[in-house]
Amino acid sequence: MSSAFAIEARGLSKDFGSLRAVDGLDLNVPRGQIYGFLGPNGSGKSTTIRMLCGLLTPSEGTALVLDTAVPGETKALKPKIGYMTQRFSLFGDLTVLENLQFIAEIYSYPAADRSQRIGNLLDRYDLVQQKSQLAGTMSGGQRQRLALACAVLHHPELLLLDEPTSAVDPQSRRDFWENLFRLAGGGTTILVSTHYMDEAERCHRLAILDHGVKVADGTPRELQDATGMHIIEVSAENPYEAQAAIHDLPEVASVTQLGVRLRVLIPQSYEHPVKRIEASLAAKKLQATTQLSEATLEDVFVAVTRKAESDTT
Amino acid sequence: MISASRIMAIVKKEVRQLRRDRLSFGMVVGLPVIQMLLFGYAINTDVRNLRTAIVDQAQTHLSRQFIAELAQTQVVDIVEYAQTMPELESLLRRGRISIGVALPADFDRRVALRSRSAVQLLVDGTDPTILGVANQLRSMPFDFDVTPSAARWQLVETRPYYNPERRSPVNIIPGLMGVILTMTMILFTAVALVRERERGNLELLINTPLSSAELMVGKVIPYIVIGMLQLALILGVGRLLFDVPVRGSIVDLYLAATAFVAANLTLGLLISTAAKTQFQAMQMMVFILLPSILLSGFMFPFDGMPSFAQYIGEALPNTHFIRLTRGIMLREAGLGEMLPDLLYLVGFTLVAMIIAATRFSKRLD
Repeated sequence: MSSAFAIEARGLSKDFGSLRAVDGLDLNVPRGQIYGFLGPNGSGKSTTIRMLCGLLTPSEGTALVLDTAVPGETKALKPKIGYMTQRFSLFGDLTVLENLQFIAEIYSYPAADRSQRIGNLLDRYDLVQQKSQLAGTMSGGQRQRLALACAVLHHPELLLLDEPTSAVDPQSRRDFWENLFRLAGGGTTILVSTHYMDEAERCHRLAILDHGVKVADGTPRELQDATGMHIIEVSAENPYEAQAAIHDLPEVASVTQLGVRLRVLIPQSYEHPVKRIEASLAAKKLQATTQLSEATLEDVFVAVTRKAESDTT
Repeated sequence: MISASRIMAIVKKEVRQLRRDRLSFGMVVGLPVIQMLLFGYAINTDVRNLRTAIVDQAQTHLSRQFIAELAQTQVVDIVEYAQTMPELESLLRRGRISIGVALPADFDRRVALRSRSAVQLLVDGTDPTILGVANQLRSMPFDFDVTPSAARWQLVETRPYYNPERRSPVNIIPGLMGVILTMTMILFTAVALVRERERGNLELLINTPLSSAELMVGKVIPYIVIGMLQLALILGVGRLLFDVPVRGSIVDLYLAATAFVAANLTLGLLISTAAKTQFQAMQMMVFILLPSILLSGFMFPFDGMPSFAQYIGEALPNTHFIRLTRGIMLREAGLGEMLPDLLYLVGFTLVAMIIAATRFSKRLD
């Protein structure tokens, strides 16, 4: 019996000594979708991915990955998942072609179709020119394309990508995401961790991790609608002083400066947020225009991680 | 389930990587040749040209004849003439000379009377080898030695088998083979896994269907071939430069070497599963290499070592290999006659391989 979810995790936790890297994570990743892990460094993204593919044993909790129990006999799982490590992990002293051949042999890809498959991948991931180049001498973007080509060579059902775009330029990131969407369109489930907001926004669904705890999950739209915050945008002539004036108001959850604009988050339990801010700016005789705004994913991120902080203190 | 094609994939990858790694490649060829030259020429228990000073207080025709004959032996190299005994002792203490020869004023009379010894050798006994050479000088025949031949009758006679010319390289090279192979083979595999861990390759590999055993076997096979090449190189250089014979069967020698190389490679893998960094692997290797040189019978006769050192020696693959090589190359022994040593190497390989494959978990924690 096949579950509707590629990954179902219940109470997944991992301790490293006294540090709890992942704490009671519940996760439902639907098949054929791109699911994002958004969180700062050290929030437990890599640890979770490593637990899901059997590299790390969870301290507590279980998961069902492609109907295989984790922790458990993960041997049967290996041929069905593709994994792209955060650090480039292919062989720098082998050429692009040799790396692909090696991966094909390790996954016992049918010998008759091997060269055709590799040829297709070289085309698809724009590596034909670099075919005979040593992988270690390539640029970040080229390495990343090679890593992805190697991860998908054996047609995995589930692709685990650990911060795949952290070392590449914006154009490469765009191309990379196009590739991900095409793979998802072909039925591959993709779990991708990132700390870029724009990437998180492109996922079908995402979970926000903070200090090993899942603080929110849903589609980007759902998350933006459910911040529980008024978002007020303040355009001030002197944003620095304006920030100082607003920051100390008891109702303000956070103030973020974007150029001359300030984004102010106030919990929805307070009424008339715009008036409150205008009043405090007027008191300091500061020139500014104020308006309500839609929540971006960044606002969501700030809101949920702040909430987690105030919960613990 | 072990897959031959996955093992071959690892073998192919290792060979490709090795071919591009000039330093390792140089180690395959350079290390054996350099060591052969160093050990072959430098280690020489057949000592000649010991620096010597002489005090000739007799200054007679006979004393000068003795000194001339002493010089002709080439065992000593007379570098200085001293005037007094204290001067001679000072030279010895300062390390300027290894042997001091003192001829007393009544040298002629002592030679004639044969009551007391006529020549005194002051020997730097800190090196037992030099002391041994000096002792040989005692039995040197001299022309003016008028003793009837009956007086030089020997109760015990030695017949040096297998190395009648008593050449050191004949003893050194078969042992050196073991030392060189220990060094290169352990080094190759000791860093093999750790390097992949450091470079991050391992995180990729353990997420593939590749099993630990496949990875281990695949990593060992190419280096067995390299070990065989090194062996051929050592035998060739030994033959060419030092005239070291292979009296037994070359097939036996290669069989023994295969077992030995495999034992060292798996030992290297074992180190690799314990070490966290390449540097740590190197440090651990020293702990194997030093006893392999000192306690294996390579440098010092095995029988002369205290029993605890012999136990350590017995555990080391090199000890057994040196016995095998000396047996096969010099004493013309068959492999069948030396079965226990061969079996130990085979057993060692199997046990180390199993431990290494078990210790190497396909996990990161």
